[in-house]
Amino acid sequence: MDSAFIIEKSIFIVVIFAVTMVMAMYSTWAERKVAAYLQDRVGPNRAGWGGLLQPLADGMKLFAKEEFEPNTKNRFLFFVGPAVAMSTALMTSAVIPWGDRLEIFGRTVILQATDTDSAILYIFAVVSLGVYGIMIGGWASNNKFSLMGAVRAASQMVSYEIAMGLSIIALLMMTGTLSLKEISVQQHGMHWNVFYQPLSFLIFLICAFAETNRTPFDLAECESELIGGYHTEYSSMKMGFYLFAEYANMFISATIISVLFFGGYNYPGMSWAIENWGVNIGNVIGIFALFAKLCFFIFFFMWIRWTIPRFRYDQLMNLGWRILIPLSIVNIIITGICILAFK
Amino acid sequence: MSTSIQSISLSGKKKQVSNKEMTFLERMYLIAIFKGLWITIKHFFKKKATIHYPEQVREFSPVYRGQHMLKRDEQGRENCTACGLCALSCPAEAITMKAEERKKGEEHLYREEKYASIYEINMLRCIFCGLCEEACPKDAIYLTISKELVPAQYNREDFIFGKDKLVMPLEMAMANTKKLN
Repeated sequence: MDSAFIIEKSIFIVVIFAVTMVMAMYSTWAERKVAAYLQDRVGPNRAGWGGLLQPLADGMKLFAKEEFEPNTKNRFLFFVGPAVAMSTALMTSAVIPWGDRLEIFGRTVILQATDTDSAILYIFAVVSLGVYGIMIGGWASNNKFSLMGAVRAASQMVSYEIAMGLSIIALLMMTGTLSLKEISVQQHGMHWNVFYQPLSFLIFLICAFAETNRTPFDLAECESELIGGYHTEYSSMKMGFYLFAEYANMFISATIISVLFFGGYNYPGMSWAIENWGVNIGNVIGIFALFAKLCFFIFFFMWIRWTIPRFRYDQLMNLGWRILIPLSIVNIIITGICILAFK
Repeated sequence: MSTSIQSISLSGKKKQVSNKEMTFLERMYLIAIFKGLWITIKHFFKKKATIHYPEQVREFSPVYRGQHMLKRDEQGRENCTACGLCALSCPAEAITMKAEERKKGEEHLYREEKYASIYEINMLRCIFCGLCEEACPKDAIYLTISKELVPAQYNREDFIFGKDKLVMPLEMAMANTKKLN
């Protein structure tokens, strides 16, 4: 392993980290803006042009706030909770292919932090670790509302992970690989997986909403029943970490949906662009294509939030266990029959 | 032709409620969700209802009761004669004043022989009912002509408005006179 490789990867990791943070920051701004526009309001418009400096002001406010600690025996866990939530939210971006490759100074730079064969398994593992952040935080808060929020979040995530995994199995039977890079390459030239696996996409999308704890599945922070849910007792930047982790999760989910089902960095006319304009320009457009897709999905998350009201808890469990899981098993069977019949 | 009471609909939006079982498609809710998404995205592009307050001000109705104004007549003299009827009529007891006799050479300042040297309204007590305006025999106090809301302040003392804030500005009186001629 030469030093140039290490430098290249370090730079790339720092860039991904920065981009994830900036995206999470501006998702908070976008959420408020989208919410306002869907409700015929204007939204934040005082700090900077169109309120663009609002996330900075919010961040500064969170840093300057007083830190409140509940009288709890689990002081250590109280600190660990937000840290776990945040770090798991940031870890998933390591295996995502942000683009194909660039050629800089005669070196081929692969636009992915690491290309493992088990990328999807890695993502599932890290995402399911994310629930520990919520569980630990809710438990250590020494507050019944926090604990109930945490219990809800945990059982919801566990139930929906099953349906999510099963929906992906149908996709994996088709692609035959767990590597996200391979899956992206296979979708080259408008062979997007969403056209072959629409049902799998639908189930995955619904589960993604549940996994990120967003409306209509945000029972973990249901204000009318649980005050703030698992982060009731948190204040200052620890609270900020929880909120930030939610938006980072949303960014990652939107990216995974785009990579798995919407061709990742592929766009129509990609091979033509690479032939005529060179590898670098063609692939930079690819990065922007991926970002356009994932920005649409982030917008979609917000759009859904201001359209559909929250589920009741039994409805949530009913949907997860009695509809989505059987549906994804049926999807697996249909996929299997189709593969046997057409290959 | 006789119409039964059941078929009459004044709004034209009358809808028979039914409790029939949902079909499979309806139970999937997907169509309903897409309908909902369509409704919300239409609102995304609609004109916004917000009035950007400090820059834009909502139009006042002609009978709107805002901040009080002590009027001047067409020669720019104060109308108020400090009779105290406004203070008497005020249900919130927000008005206080101190009367003084007009000296020689002050005829261009005050219309009547007696005037209010101090006239104060406590805007925290005032309920903007307009009874002072109704009680005034000299046409001196009006709530409708300032076209202004009482602005927010940081201290309670700042809400006690004296003559410096209440008396009609001279320029406004001059403009009114010009309009009359």
